Amino acid sequence: MSYDPVIAQAEIIRTHTMAVLVDNEAGVLARVIGLFSGRGYNIESLTVAEVDAQEHTSRITIVTSGTAQVIEQIKAQLDRLVPVHRVVDLTVETEPLERELALIKVKGAGDKRMEALRIADSFRARVVDTTLNSFVFELTGSPSKINAYIELMRPLGLIDVSRTGVAAISRGPEAL
Amino acid sequence: MNGEKMTGAEIVLKALQDQGVEVIFGYPGGAVLPIYDEIFRQENRIKHVLVRHEQGAAHAAEGYARSTGKPGVVLVTSGPGATNAVTGMTDALMDSIPMVVLTGQVPTKLIGSDAFQEADTVGITRSCTKHNYLVKDVNNLARVLHEAFYVATKGRPGPVLVDIPKDVQFALGTYTGPANVAHRSYKPRVKGDLERIKEAADLIGAAKKPLFYTGGGVINSGPVASQLLREFVRATGFPITSTLMGLGAYPADDPQWLGMLGMHGAWEANHAMHDCDVMICVGARFDDRVTGRLDAFAPNSKKIHIDIDPSSINKNVRVDIPIIGDVAHVLEDLIRVWKSRAARPDKPALAKWWEQIAAWRARNCFAYNNSKELIKPQHAIERLYALTKDRDVYITTEVGQHQMWAAQFYRFQAPNRWMTSGGLGTMGYGLPAALGVQIAHPDALVIDIAGEASVQMTMQEMSTAVQYDLPIKIFILNNEYMGMVRQWQELLHGGRYSHSYSESLPDFVKLAEAYGAVGIRATKPDELDDAIKEMISVKRPVLFDCRVDKTENCFPMIPSGEAHNNMILADLGAQTVSAAGKALV
Ligand SMILES: Cc1cc2nc3c(=O)[nH]c(=O)nc-3n(C[C@H](O)[C@H](O)[C@H](O)COP(=O)(O)OP(=O)(O)OC[C@H]3O[C@@H](n4cnc5c(N)ncnc54)[C@H](O)[C@@H]3O)c2cc1C
Ligand SMILES: Cc1ncc(C[n+]2csc(CCOP(=O)(O)OP(=O)(O)O)c2C)c(N)n1
Ligand SMILES: [Mg+2]
Repeated sequence: MSYDPVIAQAEIIRTHTMAVLVDNEAGVLARVIGLFSGRGYNIESLTVAEVDAQEHTSRITIVTSGTAQVIEQIKAQLDRLVPVHRVVDLTVETEPLERELALIKVKGAGDKRMEALRIADSFRARVVDTTLNSFVFELTGSPSKINAYIELMRPLGLIDVSRTGVAAISRGPEAL
Repeated sequence: MNGEKMTGAEIVLKALQDQGVEVIFGYPGGAVLPIYDEIFRQENRIKHVLVRHEQGAAHAAEGYARSTGKPGVVLVTSGPGATNAVTGMTDALMDSIPMVVLTGQVPTKLIGSDAFQEADTVGITRSCTKHNYLVKDVNNLARVLHEAFYVATKGRPGPVLVDIPKDVQFALGTYTGPANVAHRSYKPRVKGDLERIKEAADLIGAAKKPLFYTGGGVINSGPVASQLLREFVRATGFPITSTLMGLGAYPADDPQWLGMLGMHGAWEANHAMHDCDVMICVGARFDDRVTGRLDAFAPNSKKIHIDIDPSSINKNVRVDIPIIGDVAHVLEDLIRVWKSRAARPDKPALAKWWEQIAAWRARNCFAYNNSKELIKPQHAIERLYALTKDRDVYITTEVGQHQMWAAQFYRFQAPNRWMTSGGLGTMGYGLPAALGVQIAHPDALVIDIAGEASVQMTMQEMSTAVQYDLPIKIFILNNEYMGMVRQWQELLHGGRYSHSYSESLPDFVKLAEAYGAVGIRATKPDELDDAIKEMISVKRPVLFDCRVDKTENCFPMIPSGEAHNNMILADLGAQTVSAAGKALV
């Protein structure tokens, strides 16, 4: 087959962040996750929480990746789930605001302990638990910032990480 | 009445009644006894058909639904009752059949304790239903039931399951009627975007080698959609082909009809698909049986796609003008716009296109060597058609070669007359589906064109047919093989017929008699007509053992992974299939 630039373009895999507004009812998360596993789509991160207690709606933020065609399918497939109110691909023109919270435990003494503190300071990570030979840091930021921080902590005695996954919102005055 | 207090079981019956349900296909068990008790007390209001296996209930409901346009209703018990119905629900999901399945569940307090006949029914059926519910509070039951009917029938239809714990069936709660149910989030769009419809009309007006490619969505949309389709196709003078699921929406005797397309479709339909410049897809989903090799699929065409489900659009094939909406609604607008626009297809170009189509037609792709000694399966269907076409007839099928021959040789003139398992390809579908059709159309002639292997998967439903005096005709093309499997083994696996011989077959005539039905056998071509006539005249269920040529293969055939213009015909002999094609199904 000859080289087709249109097809080649379509084959590029990109990461997209989607916001999905759903009824907060039993099984809704299982439906979303089952859709991804059943159809072979990627989930890089998934977060969920109720955002409107009166309306009982939750917002699911999914970071996924795929070709343009796969991303379009994911959106359409999510949209046809009965309890889904709205699906918005936040990664359309501009990158959305994305934040993640991480709790990071580092164990060590002496120079390494001091170095960890110094780096924490420059990342604006907070110390939320201290013992004589350990710290728990709390850090918020983009996933890449958290990745970078974790990499720096690794040689300094990193022993445990807990991350929330991405919460995202679009820039500018528009709502979902 | 709104606000009335009643038990959960009474709510179930009341909701079904308010939804206009006339018949339930079901099977009792511990977890649905309160509902069965209520059925007993109200027997004269809703008819209950007792099947012999819950899979049969689901397929019967599908047959009922497809032949009437109304949702089919199933009632089964928890655990094994629910799991047995899974195949039927998956089938209905794949073929977009509206269905509501009610399952019993262990009492709420026991859920999660591995109680007797407990299964995580909503978990198991999440991916084989359009939507499902577990009702833990009797006061939600009425709303959920009405919602279930709404979701099953609106937009792209499908099966919806409601799991009802036994204590909820006993509990007292408040009934609400269907009018008070407005769905919060599910509001499918039925009207198409007018701008897109105008673009479509322009593209259609500029076509030189156009083709309508229609599908099950036309049937789903209702008889008006078929009417509008006929009107529009005739107004344009364009050729039309359809998928397996769309047969009957356009009359097979019309000169513009090219026959079914796809893997076992007509030579002229597939070639026209490959060469067309404008494809008008109406309620079809670019299934792999239809597209063949994707990168060689109608390579020079602009595509219009009308579909109610946005996820069907650009799923397998990129289209140029997507129109999201219901077929009937969109066609109505499209016809109006078309009539008001000046652009008309270039007549000489269209005449040339029809000339080309005539040449493909002349290839006579369904030709077969008839025989005086052996009944050829194609001949059997041709005779069946000739002898039944003037009647009020409905055809169901099982899955395999006989199904494809039925699609090729039985000529459907009207929608809702053809029930077949297309998407899932479920052997065992046809017999119970015929039951459901016959229940809905008591005076019609309902025939299941069957294979001897498939029909054994749900044979026990003959007992249901006898119990309810349902005179269904099971017309078995008995080739003593899982013929479709044998054909693939012949073409792809060097003729090594691994486990595809139908060993130890029952004597179908005696089997019919054992059930209290009628058995008929034909073994020679010259017996065939009389035997078929006898089958038609018998007013009881019939098992017809039609002994056909055991080695016949079904052609034309596009081998998996091939292009539409790379078809195998009967008289071309076996061709080789690429290794990549072999890996496909
Ligand atoms: C052994 C075997 C061989 C087969 N060979 C062939 C073959 O040769 N050719 C062939 O065509 N098929 C064949 N099939 C069937 C095939 O697998 C698919 O089931 C079939 O092609 C799908 O038909 P469809 O595209 O019409 O879609 P359907 O499954 O009928 O789907 C309907 C489409 O219409 C849409 N729709 C539903 N309601 C509406 C509405 N109201 N308005 C608008 N859109 C609506 C749906 O969203 C969906 O996209 C075979 C099956 C078997 C078992
Ligand atoms: C439940 C199920 N199991 C297996 C298959 C795979 N399969 C497809 S066709 C076929 C053979 C069908 O044989 P028969 O009913 O005799 O029909 P024929 O092809 O001989 O006409 C099989 C096994 C299937 N479609 N469904
Ligand atoms: Mg057979």
